[in-house]
Amino acid sequence: MKNSRCQIAETPVWQMQITPTNLRLRAQLLARIRAFFTNKNVTEVDVPVLSHNGVTDPYLDNFVTQLTLGQTSTSLYLQTSPEYAMKRMLASGSGCIYYLGKAFRHEGAGRQHNPEFTMLEWYRIGFDDRALMHEIDELLMDVLSVASAEYLSYHAAFLHYVDLDINTASHDELITALAMDFHYDIQQASRDHVLQLLFNIHIEPKIGKERPCFIIDFPASQAALAKISSADPRYAHRFEVYFKGIELANGYWELTDAQEQSRRFAADNVIREAEGAVQVVPDPRLIAALTHGLPECAGVALGVDRLFMLAQNLDSIEDTLAFPLPRA
Amino acid sequence: MANFSTNEFKAGLKVMLDGEPCNILENEYVKPGKGQAFNRVKIRKLVSGKVLEKTFRSGESVEGADVMDTELSYLYNDGEFWHFMNNETFEQVAADEKALGDTVKWLVENDLFTITLWNGTPIVVTPQNFVELEITETDPGLKGDTAGTGGKPATLATGAVVRVPLFIQTGEVIKVDTRSGEYVSRASK
Repeated sequence: MKNSRCQIAETPVWQMQITPTNLRLRAQLLARIRAFFTNKNVTEVDVPVLSHNGVTDPYLDNFVTQLTLGQTSTSLYLQTSPEYAMKRMLASGSGCIYYLGKAFRHEGAGRQHNPEFTMLEWYRIGFDDRALMHEIDELLMDVLSVASAEYLSYHAAFLHYVDLDINTASHDELITALAMDFHYDIQQASRDHVLQLLFNIHIEPKIGKERPCFIIDFPASQAALAKISSADPRYAHRFEVYFKGIELANGYWELTDAQEQSRRFAADNVIREAEGAVQVVPDPRLIAALTHGLPECAGVALGVDRLFMLAQNLDSIEDTLAFPLPRA
Repeated sequence: MANFSTNEFKAGLKVMLDGEPCNILENEYVKPGKGQAFNRVKIRKLVSGKVLEKTFRSGESVEGADVMDTELSYLYNDGEFWHFMNNETFEQVAADEKALGDTVKWLVENDLFTITLWNGTPIVVTPQNFVELEITETDPGLKGDTAGTGGKPATLATGAVVRVPLFIQTGEVIKVDTRSGEYVSRASK
């Protein structure tokens, strides 16, 4: 694996990075995903990659471009995921749908990151997070030939790997558990930031080694677009999937309450303000769709390039792409 | 000196941290899907030689360090400073004991050394990875021992002491890896 990477690094920049064999295997993976959904009567949809609105997520940034026609100039946003468009479809009566295509994030490239990547996102009407996780498990067993996934709650993961109860641990205890040296003032960091660091550094490398691991019941403070649990409001119906050190997917039992969604968008902008990030106008078309009525559903987004890394045991996302950023 | 953002971090970049010039050894960019991006950076402090790991918030900037490496040959020691010369420009620099550190035990006149200059002042003197030196003293070895399992100490012309196989004798020239301080082989003649 290491050797093949070195050889690839030596090829001229005009040449594709993915090997011809992997190019074919990647196409087979996409075909298999499509077959999986065809068998389940889930409809493939296309969404605008270029849209009038961006996302408020504090740590997601859109690429923004301008459409200038005569005197009028309109800002257009490359989509970080097809989520908003798909929810508008669901509210319009689309039924169960999936998207397999490009998404864009204005962030650095790395071993697991390319600013332009392929995303698989799907929505199942009438499913809750549990039912959707079973379906994801089915897909992963199919395309990765792995054993059925294991499930671990966010709370239990911290108890087990960091020896801390996230509901009672103090900020200082969390920071001590990090056992890391920081260039910035970690004392000033938010509790969620510290939790995310702990998760990344001390939990992620230890879970999902043999089989995929679903981390379920995220803290309510990290609910994003998930429903809060009615049984225990400290948690949200949000989950993530980890396998062999790769964050593969993120899903929700979707929030359908337009007012609650508007409040969360506003809260995102408060964090953005504190972080010195630009303010983002919440997408009024999504809010309108939720106001009209999003059917009860669960949805998930899965990184397909990363899935292919796992399927072929590749070291870097660059090896899954014909032209990763340095060659694009 | 220019500032560098974490996005520009890469192995070999020299930056200032805690008032000390540092060399970046490794830089890993981490971006959780919904979380804040950060960089895990492995750094060598150039003066103390200490290696440490620091976490940066992605997008943070740090000041660059005016650090450069030059290849100079060793001239002499005046009792306080060690003098080195650029063989092309004949320019000379003087390194103090702190900059020299352990390298003192590999010093041979006219040999080339890498001198790391910070704002023009030598802060580190690094020997070539391999040097060939004569053995000035070692116990007579046992004849027929070629495995060199146990080995024995040998003092080299520069004063360095390394473990050598038993069959190596006083007066022989050997090749030593200066990074580990270990015997490699008899010198190729």
